[in-house]
Amino acid sequence: MNREIAIYIQKNIDKILERWKAKMEDDQDDRFFQIMSDQVIDTTVREFGELMVSSLTASEETYDEKLKDFSVQIVRYGWSITFVLRALNNFSEVIYEEMEEEGSLNESNYKSFREVLTNWITPLNQSVVDAYSKVWEKTVNLQKIALQELSASLIPVFDKISVMPLVGTIDTERAKLIMENLLQGVVKHRAEVVLLDITGVPVVDTMVAHHIIQAADAVRLVGAKCMLVGIRPEIAQTIVTLGINLTDFTTTSTLQRGMEQALALTNRAIVEVNVK
Amino acid sequence: MNLRSSVDIITEWDIVAARQLGRNEAKDVGFGTVDQARITTAISELARNIYLYAGKGNIEIKQIAEGNLKGLQVIASDKGPGIADVRKVMEDGFTTSGGLGAGLPGVKRLMDDFKIETVFGEGTVISATKWLR
Repeated sequence: MNREIAIYIQKNIDKILERWKAKMEDDQDDRFFQIMSDQVIDTTVREFGELMVSSLTASEETYDEKLKDFSVQIVRYGWSITFVLRALNNFSEVIYEEMEEEGSLNESNYKSFREVLTNWITPLNQSVVDAYSKVWEKTVNLQKIALQELSASLIPVFDKISVMPLVGTIDTERAKLIMENLLQGVVKHRAEVVLLDITGVPVVDTMVAHHIIQAADAVRLVGAKCMLVGIRPEIAQTIVTLGINLTDFTTTSTLQRGMEQALALTNRAIVEVNVK
Repeated sequence: MNLRSSVDIITEWDIVAARQLGRNEAKDVGFGTVDQARITTAISELARNIYLYAGKGNIEIKQIAEGNLKGLQVIASDKGPGIADVRKVMEDGFTTSGGLGAGLPGVKRLMDDFKIETVFGEGTVISATKWLR
């Protein structure tokens, strides 16, 4: 039965693909066909057909490889997974309809045909979902790593003075990372003053404030001083309204002013040099 | 006028989503940067409370109008454990999670109207409104 279907598909591939394409376009969500050029659609549709045939005839290994390539390509096209799954189902539907119309199906082989179709489509669906989720997992993981890289680095600016610029949302995980990097960096760079720059933090709520206060306390314990810089006016107002007490450490509006104070604290200043 | 949108709070990142939605809505109503920051911070507190104490819930943001007044209403609802002593949580510095204990009283001060409805063991609905002046 497998061979029969495969031969049938191979023989009538154009007809099937045409009908399948029409069926897909009939579905409400046909924007995939709209945004892609005819040529791309054509080659993809053909590849899809070939893959379907090879899944029936080829050995498992070549098929797996082909399916993998195919999935990767589809992911690159940006097809949604619902669309691809529907495409698979529609394909089997079309074959069924075609074969029925042609009269190759009768009472006796109907059942086994249905069985073959199900046994064929179900694992196909599964492997496509699998391939998709693997690609997504990979993307998410890579982004997570990328985010961590940007997360919180302590930059030594002058002798004894380091800056940690914080950009973006601070969640629990990042807060932990900030604390670790801060303390390690202070010890490593022998910093006496650390400037925490929150210019790029969109919202300072009680949780963020709590983490900042804890970090500052910890920095004090390792013998350095922590300054909070880059407090925008609207953030200053919300901090006051929330009733958060930041009197324990020095705060300034900009990193520049914070740096001046940090230099003053370490008995230094930036002076202009007279050019002779 | 009945413009409403909502965010389900299930993970910590949903807090960011709720906040983003709030900021956009606040901009839409015409709030200035300071009030935008107040509203976003209030949403952040409410969403975090849901995440921390109830596990999951919902933040709904509604643009409302009363006469000539325009405003933004934030409704945080959950089916969590509820609040045992409402008077206590409205005190500054009271916390059960080791935080600063400024969340709910802070939200009350950040917004104009504030209302808690809670049934112990059944859930909490907090609505807070900011009016555009």
